[in-house]
Amino acid sequence: MTSSPAVAQRPHGRRSTPESRAWWLGQAMFFPAMIYVLAVIGLPFALAVIYAFSDIKVGSVGYHFVGFQNFSSILRSATFLRALYDSFVFTIGSQVLVLVGSTFLALALEKKFRGRGVVRFLMLLPWVAPVSIGAIGWKWILDSLYSVINWVLVRIPILHLDKFNPPQWLGEPALAMASVILVHTWRLLPFSTVILLAGLGAIPKDIPEAAEIDGAGFWRKMFQINIPMLLPILNVALLFGIVFTFTDMTVVYILTRGGPYDTTQVIPSLAFFTGVLGGDLSEGAAISLFMVPILVVVAFLMLRQAHRTEVT
Amino acid sequence: MIARGRIREWFIGAGRFAVLLFFSVALAFPFYWMVLTTFKQGGDLYNLNNNPFIFNLKPTMEHLHVLFRETMYLRWVGNTALVGIIVVFITLLLSLPAAYSLARLTGRWGERLGIAMFLTYLVPPTLLFIPLSRIVASFGLQDTIWSLVFVYPSFTIPFSTWLLMGFFKSIPRELEDAAMVDGLTRFGAFVRLVVPISLSGILTVVIFTFTLVTQEFVYALTFIAPESRQMVGVGVPTFLIRGDVYFWGELMAACLITSLPIALLYNMFLDRFIAGFTVGAIKYPAVYSL
Repeated sequence: MTSSPAVAQRPHGRRSTPESRAWWLGQAMFFPAMIYVLAVIGLPFALAVIYAFSDIKVGSVGYHFVGFQNFSSILRSATFLRALYDSFVFTIGSQVLVLVGSTFLALALEKKFRGRGVVRFLMLLPWVAPVSIGAIGWKWILDSLYSVINWVLVRIPILHLDKFNPPQWLGEPALAMASVILVHTWRLLPFSTVILLAGLGAIPKDIPEAAEIDGAGFWRKMFQINIPMLLPILNVALLFGIVFTFTDMTVVYILTRGGPYDTTQVIPSLAFFTGVLGGDLSEGAAISLFMVPILVVVAFLMLRQAHRTEVT
Repeated sequence: MIARGRIREWFIGAGRFAVLLFFSVALAFPFYWMVLTTFKQGGDLYNLNNNPFIFNLKPTMEHLHVLFRETMYLRWVGNTALVGIIVVFITLLLSLPAAYSLARLTGRWGERLGIAMFLTYLVPPTLLFIPLSRIVASFGLQDTIWSLVFVYPSFTIPFSTWLLMGFFKSIPRELEDAAMVDGLTRFGAFVRLVVPISLSGILTVVIFTFTLVTQEFVYALTFIAPESRQMVGVGVPTFLIRGDVYFWGELMAACLITSLPIALLYNMFLDRFIAGFTVGAIKYPAVYSL
């Protein structure tokens, strides 16, 4: 086995024996990790595809290929179509809010000031606390009877809310969807903000300063320098955000269990209720496969982004 | 002119303050609410006429007592810690050499492999849990924490490898070259030289692996049913509820005690985490410096 060209081209110019030894060592050191990850991600992924084309159930034996039967039955199910729609509403809604909110927050946090560390710690809490725990905290805040939000709202006279029939945040379809979106936004906002902060930190300081000397005002600097220079990193934050949102079932599971009447059900939670709790492995797998196109697109865009930054 | 500039400065400052105030309150409010709920008596919590923002009755430690004495909370914490420690160990064992290999030994091809590895981080548990529950069952690991020990490295290894790779790249090659001239093999230089001087990077990986383990929800919910085997992230929101009754005092106490230590640890290592996540998107000159 000869050494790989990349190693051979190294300027250090070693003799070929240590080079090829290094190459082999490189393989030997890398592959255990790769094999583990492939076994626990690649294998189940392949199985998910195989399940989706079968009639496998919990406890069933043998494998029967059924073609696209699962997919055609899913596509005829109103619950699934609703979940598909809800997934997009959930993802787009929360991502728009996250992007706008985190841009504001990052710009406000950029400058050093007293107490910045404390603010940073406070705003990080939602991302750092386990999702399920943050979500259950919100469930208490949005409680049907003891919601603190309602306690405040019914005391604001101009809202004219009925004290004995306040908004049911998790009990009415539109409000439940809004709640789920807001809680997920709450959770993802810190993540996006810290990524944007890193991006802001990487903008060379002389550019905005030079613009200022040339007479550019606050808004001009914002829209012609800061935001354009943030775009690549905004992109990264958005791509991760889309994956984390489109594939998340925890917020929905804890807050609404997909209810009321499946109006907040999303694809991952529906896959869970069908495949894991309902025991219909094949249909659950078929439902979850509807996440794949989104993931492929995101992966493609990320690779393009990585390639671009490599070139420049 | 100067006066106008001053006024504008003032407005920008006020705007910044308003944004910070709004987001700090909105983001931290649930945790403030957890604190308040934890120390309130039941009679105070469940009375619609009480102002929920103040203690109408004396603060109490009762919820904490119940949480620690009468629920399995400590057991869940213990399970989580055990899984966390074993997963950290497996992750380091596999990702340290892999990261070194990507940073030094495999050249251009290795960079692609590294990106491929990072992309596996995008594959979500909600796509894999159905087949994995079968695989786990076929190994007889269902309802044990070993199912999680087996599965969790699949997402901690890619992330850690990526993080460590950046770390190793920042170590000057000459250091290892010198060690090899002195008679160490390449692998010897890795074990005796590179690993010890990367201690802060390794510590970062340990913290993040651990927090990823505590934050995971979907796999733990899918693979484990019995209350006593549960992880803290699933145990708290599922078993502190009896039927339709939520024990809010105990629940919020558990949320608070679980979140705070993780948050403090995480905050300390935040900068490295950001660097790991955004490598490739922008260049960070100083983040990896030892």
